[in-house]
Amino acid sequence: MKLLEKLDAAAAARKALLPNGVGAFGIPIEEVYSATEARIGNRRVLLLGTNNYLGLTFAPECIRAAHEAIDKEGTGTTGSRMANGSYYGHRALEKEFAEFYKCSSGIVFTTGYQANLGTISGLVGPGDTVLIDGDSHASIYDGCILSGADIIRFKHNDMGDMEKRLRRLGDRTETTLVIAEGIYSMLGDQAPLAEIVRLKKAYNCILLLDEAHSLGVLGETGQGLVEHTGLLEEVDFITGTFSKSLCSIGGFCVSNHPQLEQLRYVSHPYIFTASPSPATIASTRAALELLRTGTHLRKQLWNNCTQLYAQLSGAGYHLGPDAGPVIAAIVDTPQQALLLWQKLLEHNIYVNLILPPAAPEGKSLVRCSVNAAHTTEQINYVGETFSKLYSLVN
Amino acid sequence: MTDSNYDEIMRLLCDRLSALTDSELLITPDTNLISQLSIDSIKLLNLIMEIEDTFDVSIPINGLTDVQTVRQLADLVYKVKSTS
Ligand SMILES: Cc1ncc(COP(=O)(O)O)c(C=O)c1O
Repeated sequence: MKLLEKLDAAAAARKALLPNGVGAFGIPIEEVYSATEARIGNRRVLLLGTNNYLGLTFAPECIRAAHEAIDKEGTGTTGSRMANGSYYGHRALEKEFAEFYKCSSGIVFTTGYQANLGTISGLVGPGDTVLIDGDSHASIYDGCILSGADIIRFKHNDMGDMEKRLRRLGDRTETTLVIAEGIYSMLGDQAPLAEIVRLKKAYNCILLLDEAHSLGVLGETGQGLVEHTGLLEEVDFITGTFSKSLCSIGGFCVSNHPQLEQLRYVSHPYIFTASPSPATIASTRAALELLRTGTHLRKQLWNNCTQLYAQLSGAGYHLGPDAGPVIAAIVDTPQQALLLWQKLLEHNIYVNLILPPAAPEGKSLVRCSVNAAHTTEQINYVGETFSKLYSLVN
Repeated sequence: MTDSNYDEIMRLLCDRLSALTDSELLITPDTNLISQLSIDSIKLLNLIMEIEDTFDVSIPINGLTDVQTVRQLADLVYKVKSTS
């Protein structure tokens, strides 16, 4: 039982940090009413802690497509993309992603986590190097670890620091993969892509950008930071997820490098797992079309983002540097963060609570995610409630 | 490994670790970073960045999987430094 005692120690440490806060993680959602409301316990709450950025979870087009796919093709593929799991829809979605990003090829993975695992571990291996932003998502860290490449971190969004580390690598930069994210999920800030591109060219590296949180959110057609900055052609590989603005589950990688196709034969996270279900693929295809043409949704989303960012910052909260769909109040201690989180729930508002070490620089976060389906009144109510509760963190 | 480079690394690590921990414990080469000093994974990763800058070397964080004690951390840094 010695093995299991380690988990007991971890549980005790978690309890010691937040004696009453254990329920803040994995909170039971009893019923979902819409893209913005659900029931938690006996409360009807406003959802401000989802990744449903375009508010498409109940889009009739997506629901209809999913229904039809289930009726026609059943509930699951029961197999890998390598074997019996590549239906027409999977291949069509890959083509649609490639066209959307004007790339020669695209690969669909079963989750966004696996898209990063599979792409990174397929591109680099022992003897190669990955240079990653220090605030990278766990799927990026895990993909790097799986690859066996040497992992070097640079300070979050600090280009001087990134260049210093590139310089130190010497001629190893030619076998270096640089990894950044379009929008970072903790503070909602964007990567300085123009500068990253300049450095990756100067040092002759390959660049992978994870557009998980920026897909659908940034750019005229929602491609993400690549479109927002006009740098699509400069990024070698783009990964992303279906689990946020596309409101289903799955992931992708697109590229103009023909070598991307080889990942299908070497990447374990692609091969040794079942492919997404037909309904998932069908709703994602419908959602991608809504995303691409959803200029009005992005407009509504950004109105909501700027309104809430202004309200929280006006109320005195310390926020991340950029307004966007992820708006995090940065709080000094876990106890303050938990108290604020609990009080918000008592006011029927659900947000995310993030504690160290998951939150950067030893701080805690009370993080809101805004979506296009939130009404101005809902956003106002959230802003006013935060404002009323400010004394809890000050 | 008793050369002065190694001693310098050890001294630097002990200084930085004592600044990073709330523990009153006297830090020795055998002190465990996690169970005794409660240095969490992010603090350790950031410490590696600092050491990289101090010695102007690249220390891949993969090497940390084998590191539990101050001595093991010093060994890792020494190895990278002496092969760079
Ligand atoms: C930056 C980033 N990449 C990848 C993922 C993984 O996506 P998925 O939920 O599809 O596994 C996430 C989601 O948590 C993320 O935030």
